[in-house]
Amino acid sequence: MEALWLSIRLACCVAAILVLVGMPLAYWIARTKWRGKFLVESVVALPLVLPPTVLGFYLLMAMGSRGPLGKFWIGLFGHTLAFTFTGLVVASALYSLPFAVQPLLTAFEGVDERLLDAAAVLGAGRWRTFRDVLLPLSFRGVITAGVLSFAHTLGEFGVVLMVGGNIAGVTRTVSIDIYDHVQSLEYREANQMATVLLLVSFTVLATIYGLHRRIWSPWSTR
Amino acid sequence: MFEAKRHQMPAARNSSKSVVVLMVLVCVAARARTQERQIRVAAASDLQTVMPHIAKTFAELTQTAVDVSYGSSGNLFAQIQNGAPFDLFFSADDEFPAKLIQAGLAEPRSATVYGVGSLVLWMPADAKCDPQAAGWNCLLSAAVAKVAIANPAHAPYGRAAVAALQAAHVYDQVHTKLVLGENISQAAQFVQSGNAQAGILASSQVRSAAMSNGKQWEVPQDNYPPIEQTVVVLKAAKEKTAAQDLVKFVTAGPGRTVLEQFGFRPPPAAIAPTERHK
Repeated sequence: MEALWLSIRLACCVAAILVLVGMPLAYWIARTKWRGKFLVESVVALPLVLPPTVLGFYLLMAMGSRGPLGKFWIGLFGHTLAFTFTGLVVASALYSLPFAVQPLLTAFEGVDERLLDAAAVLGAGRWRTFRDVLLPLSFRGVITAGVLSFAHTLGEFGVVLMVGGNIAGVTRTVSIDIYDHVQSLEYREANQMATVLLLVSFTVLATIYGLHRRIWSPWSTR
Repeated sequence: MFEAKRHQMPAARNSSKSVVVLMVLVCVAARARTQERQIRVAAASDLQTVMPHIAKTFAELTQTAVDVSYGSSGNLFAQIQNGAPFDLFFSADDEFPAKLIQAGLAEPRSATVYGVGSLVLWMPADAKCDPQAAGWNCLLSAAVAKVAIANPAHAPYGRAAVAALQAAHVYDQVHTKLVLGENISQAAQFVQSGNAQAGILASSQVRSAAMSNGKQWEVPQDNYPPIEQTVVVLKAAKEKTAAQDLVKFVTAGPGRTVLEQFGFRPPPAAIAPTERHK
């Protein structure tokens, strides 16, 4: 249960960070007229394509005492980032980034540009247009971004295996715990945890998709 | 809008058709089969440095390709129990092979100790503490925040590391610093990359080029039960004769020398481990 709680905490942190970071990023991608924007889009989508081993490998190299991120972090806090909860949050946020940015981007791009122009003509600044026009119209996208980053982090395995170090209560997430039980041939325990994870994942998705449909569907622009 | 696009771009439609055809072709393409005799070996991760040398020499002498899969012994044991298609299993202990024999998955008489492994405390070259001089005390210093070991739940070297820490009465102070590698190779990689400051590893690993420049201290052998690494021929083996040849090669043949170069001590006496477990 400790592992499950840890995974839920991790998933919540990552989802919150990704929605906050994803919104300005998606907004910028949706609105920019810069020719090189396809490059930024490709970088954001990379974790969809790359195996977790590639990301895990680079993170481990960067976070080590000789890596750039590791040196910076040791200078700030006196210890390395790998094998800590914060390290897992950083790794998972990178790994789940496209799951937050893609739905936000689709939502922002789906908003009728004339509404934004109208807001601007009526004297609303960029921030007000974003807060009072764009955001309410793309609320579905924001919810989807949050749910998908949460769910993807909850089910994450490879990156955590590579940079976590399997510490109980700190980095032993539920997926690692299940793996350990299977490796130790404790199929009963593995089955218990797997069933719990399956039920939790399904309940979270069903609840949010259900709520989402009833409450927000009248607001939908599509 | 979509309609217009479709009419405008017949070329794009053609090229997307050929991309699909290409994918299907690549998907069904059969892997080229080699005619050579081939054996599949499951080997404990501490053998990752030495097995390629053994496989190469064996292949040259016998024209038999050796295909090695590495993992923690527990991990490989679980795979074999679930029908993984290996001919031979080189474990990092004697218990997993004995369990396979009990389960009827390995040839009862084939269990052979191929070497006795040893534990090494390894620290990077720039570490302040010298384990040669200070031994376990290095792990107690505040500069060492993380100590990497293999996961004792399924890796024999992890179990040996925990036993050694307990025997030296430092486990209570050190256990909050422990980070667990999925196998002993990952534990090594945690320290080697500078993410952990010390590791309790296999002596076969620290002889590799990547790790030979670190500071190391051979853990006293009376701190942990002997790591009697045992090999078994699996019942499901397709190439039993070749598998037995490889066992002979590492226990009595040229493979023996290679193992010794990588720090494996010869088995104390030729007693089959299954006899002792009865």
